[in-house]
Amino acid sequence: MVETITGSRLEKVLKSGHQAVTSECGPPRSADASHIIKKGHLIKDHVDAINVTDNQTSVTRLCSLAACVHLKLQGLDPVLQMVVRDRNRIALQSDILGAASFGIQNVLCLSGDHQRFGDHPQAQNVFDLDSMQLVQTVRHMRDEGKFLSGDEIKQPPSMFVGAAANPFGDPFKIRVPRLAKKVACGAEFIQTQCIYNLDKFEKWMEGVRERSLHEKVYILAGITPLRSVGMARYLQKNVPGMDVPDELIERMKGVEKSKQADEGITIAVETIQRLKECKGVAGFHVMAIEWEEKVPEIVERSGLYPRPQID
Amino acid sequence: MIVGQQKPFEEIWQMVKDHRQLTVFGCNTCVAVCHQGGNKEAGILASQLRMRATQEDLAREIVDSGVERQCEHEFFERTDELIRGSEAVLSLACGIGVQFMAERYPKIPVYPALNTTFLGDVPEVGLFREKCQACGDCVLGVTGGVCPVSRCAKRLLNGPCGGSTNGKCEISKETECAWQLVVDRLEALGRLGDYEKVMPIKDWSKDRAGGPRAFRLEDF
Repeated sequence: MVETITGSRLEKVLKSGHQAVTSECGPPRSADASHIIKKGHLIKDHVDAINVTDNQTSVTRLCSLAACVHLKLQGLDPVLQMVVRDRNRIALQSDILGAASFGIQNVLCLSGDHQRFGDHPQAQNVFDLDSMQLVQTVRHMRDEGKFLSGDEIKQPPSMFVGAAANPFGDPFKIRVPRLAKKVACGAEFIQTQCIYNLDKFEKWMEGVRERSLHEKVYILAGITPLRSVGMARYLQKNVPGMDVPDELIERMKGVEKSKQADEGITIAVETIQRLKECKGVAGFHVMAIEWEEKVPEIVERSGLYPRPQID
Repeated sequence: MIVGQQKPFEEIWQMVKDHRQLTVFGCNTCVAVCHQGGNKEAGILASQLRMRATQEDLAREIVDSGVERQCEHEFFERTDELIRGSEAVLSLACGIGVQFMAERYPKIPVYPALNTTFLGDVPEVGLFREKCQACGDCVLGVTGGVCPVSRCAKRLLNGPCGGSTNGKCEISKETECAWQLVVDRLEALGRLGDYEKVMPIKDWSKDRAGGPRAFRLEDF
């Protein structure tokens, strides 16, 4: 039996030495939870845990916490994504307790997209803490059993704590040190930005290994299948911090339109297969944005199915 | 310095048009540097208002004046009589000057002609950039002299975020990534290793979150 701290399925899978698979679901822009429950069931047998995004791209949606509760009630292992954009330290700590009270055992600490991109660009943002300080906060609550104020928490939250890393953001020279900083703050697992430039990702991993960071944190490589050449171009041109090489665009362009989605899946599978051999990659985070039904196929074709049975 | 921008003329006109007498009052320091609120701009704005009144066939008496600083009593000696005799004042000061006058002349309505925008510098003629948010607990000593509170769109203290691209911020290709600047500066100082020092959780009680701030010189 592997020793774990939290009881999170994701933690158990990783600590057992398996390559983990996570995926994510975006909550609906309504009060109807059936949508997210359906998405969860589509992928539940093919993943170890399911991230629930927190008003991603700054567009108002059903809250991540409530959506995680719905998944938890279905017997799934959710990862509560939390951005520091919308809540101060009081609200963040309160939501962590709320999540823990429902048995939610994973949290992913993020800064969040700027509200300029969303449906309320006129909104005030908060950014009381940054993502690293949120990692520290959850670890402090869990390990010290205290709030940031120093007050005691009678029943501390038991959460496996994650953070994001973008190997493709600038300046590149700070990308490994930035990961080191997140590890120093207490991150236990990392999910990366979508990987299209494999050479650059592997270069980043080299730096990660040089500092033995892969021995201190589980790194899950981010995979997002391309649906079309249009999507590839959009990501390349319009999404900050995204690195889509021209060769990939050419490859998608060389396939007739009706088969581009299949080609995107194949590219995702090839990416996973190549990165399975990359030392220090502990698993994969498959983000099939509004295309969750394809996650099982990607996982199966990548040889990551069946998922390990963990009690 | 404090940077302001004149409000759209129509908005100004709608605020003041019903007063038969109006003093348009400049502030000849910060907002004069950015050519928005000095005594010269007060003169121009007064002319525009007079023209508009004429167009609308309204009898209006509009005079202009100004002082060096609308945020201190001593500068008002010269114009005190004028202000006390005015029906209303349109102030071209920053929000501080407008409030100071409203407090000094409790019975005279004071309207703002500017939107006070930020605390900034003047790197070149005609360009003003935000540099400080007066957060009350300066971190410039550990960020190589670049302020992430005022210059990072997310106020990240341990940045850069994943949206930094070619030195620009994710919110706009026109906006420099503050953390790219921090990193470049630390590197130039031979202190890039300092980036890995984790910046502690900030005490925002010294910022506006702690309520209105005051500072008294005990010797005065």
